Amino acid sequence: MLLFIIRRILQTIPVLLGVSLVVFLIMQMVPGDPATLLAGEGATKQTIEMVRHQLGLDRPIIYQYFDYVFHAMQGDFGESLRNNRPVLDEIMVRLPITLELALASIMITVVLGMIAGIISATKQYSIADISIMIIALLGISLPSFWFGLMLIYFFSVNLHIFPVAGWGTIQHMILPAITLGAGGAAIVARMTRSSMLEVVRQDYIRTARAKGLKEHVIIYKHGLKNALIPVITVVGLQFGALLGGTVLTESVFAINGLGRLIVDAIRTRDLPMVQGGVLIASVIFVFMNLAVDVLYRYFNKRIDLN
Amino acid sequence: MKQYNENILEVKDLETYFFTEEGTSKAVNKVSFSLKKGETLGIVGESGSGKSITSLSLLRLIPSPPGKIVGGNIFFKGEDLLSKTDKQMRSIRGNEISMIFQEPMTSLNPVYSVGEQIAEVIRLHQNLGKKEAWQKAVDMLKLVGIPSPEKRAKQEPHELSGGMRQRVMIAMALACHPEVLIADEPTTALDVTIQAQILELIKNLQKEFGTAVILITHDLGVVYESCDRVAVMYAGKIVEYTTANELFENPKHPYTIGLLNSLPRLDMDQEELTTIPGTVPSPYNMPKGCSFAPRCAYAKKICDEMVPDLQHVDQISQVSCWKHTVQWDREFVLHEKVGVE
Repeated sequence: MLLFIIRRILQTIPVLLGVSLVVFLIMQMVPGDPATLLAGEGATKQTIEMVRHQLGLDRPIIYQYFDYVFHAMQGDFGESLRNNRPVLDEIMVRLPITLELALASIMITVVLGMIAGIISATKQYSIADISIMIIALLGISLPSFWFGLMLIYFFSVNLHIFPVAGWGTIQHMILPAITLGAGGAAIVARMTRSSMLEVVRQDYIRTARAKGLKEHVIIYKHGLKNALIPVITVVGLQFGALLGGTVLTESVFAINGLGRLIVDAIRTRDLPMVQGGVLIASVIFVFMNLAVDVLYRYFNKRIDLN
Repeated sequence: MKQYNENILEVKDLETYFFTEEGTSKAVNKVSFSLKKGETLGIVGESGSGKSITSLSLLRLIPSPPGKIVGGNIFFKGEDLLSKTDKQMRSIRGNEISMIFQEPMTSLNPVYSVGEQIAEVIRLHQNLGKKEAWQKAVDMLKLVGIPSPEKRAKQEPHELSGGMRQRVMIAMALACHPEVLIADEPTTALDVTIQAQILELIKNLQKEFGTAVILITHDLGVVYESCDRVAVMYAGKIVEYTTANELFENPKHPYTIGLLNSLPRLDMDQEELTTIPGTVPSPYNMPKGCSFAPRCAYAKKICDEMVPDLQHVDQISQVSCWKHTVQWDREFVLHEKVGVE
């Protein structure tokens, strides 16, 4: 198992290198010249060239890339072009907020999704099942920025239950977490339902019944653990989608997280900040996938580690 | 507990139907048989004859919907299982009546160790602690001939071979020393050499615990080896009910005769195996009369019109066939008359 984890960690290295290269190249291709932008309006050509030289932007791209990777490996992602603060420092301030949001959302995704899925599966074709599946369909279909605004409109503006925007308390977390987690919860609910329905038809469930076990033991002990195997994969993928979703949700709820940081950085052509932010987000994504693999293996020991 | 005679299990006119969109399928149609303490009853028939549904009905494990037991009685130790509450049924399942299935590959839960799966049934029915139940599970594994049981108990089903898994299933089924063991094609999915071992194991444990066994199979060889009495099923009904010896020595129902004739024989030089012409009727479209009549070489008019009852034709055998009734000769006359007109 330990060997498996180590091997998987080693496998992440080429993935991360690839991500860094893509991010780096895309930013090179984006129209707009950071040197011009930074030098300010009305700067002479000379000043612009000087800024370009200071930032090392006049060197060959390949050199710039390796230089970047070399420094990034030591935790140095450069300095923000906007305020000259180290990129990593800035990210480290924003990252915990986004992680909090992501964790709260994934909790909603997993808990809500699984409970709804189990109810649906055990009471197939009942009113509860049909209602859950309709709500789940809505959950998948509604765009999160619209859904977030509607939540703000009803719960914050009209009912005054939750704050409109910002971050810091549990109250602040609830609406953004629901906005971000709803789509995932819907997908998890559908997945849990179909997986559970598949599992209860299996022979070992019949064996469990023939043993004289109670129905809830059959469902939760013998069924659920098997049914969760495909659900874990979906949850893992959802976490990736969630990181992307934070960009929108943070903008809607005016939360100063990593997503918003990246958006702002793109808007101001703050190259090092965009690269650093995307790279850190990718690292988190890659390690989440790793965690899913390990969990998957824990739940399904039939998987061959080699 | 009420008094009951020597029959530990007595099934009377059991009817299990499946209600589907295509119609109603009478999967088990007025089936009656009994089981004495310690004996082995074989239920033989081809796929779809209703033998597995009969066995699942005994434990009330019919998937519902679409299946439902619509009539009859199942007396276990004198009490009707069909009038028991779900809770009472649960205390019987795996404890007094237990079951092993055809597919050892899929009948064990893939995510729990085999020891845990055996210990679970022991904890459930015998009120033992975790440790004692585990120890008993290990003892059971040893009893069914699994080498180094302490180690094996911790393994999960995918680490065991098919034969091993069926041994685990047997250990699980016999862990609470049930009075009746229902074995639904226990050897069908196994290699021939393993088949013999598993049957031998069931036989030995049956002797040790005094368990009565219902052995469901489509393999007449297995019947010959293991059973005291046999019920031959065809299209949801028992067509012949007799002792194993009599079945092979003196088969009476045309279907049984057909089955025996289609066995390959060592003493005859055959190019091709004999088969019974035709196919089993669709469960949604059963013939009005005897369900075997369309394939039967002896069938007469009455066979197409009326269903024969299962009745004694001598001291030993019960057969459901017009040929063995007094009507048969009269029918012959009737036919003749019709022919003349």
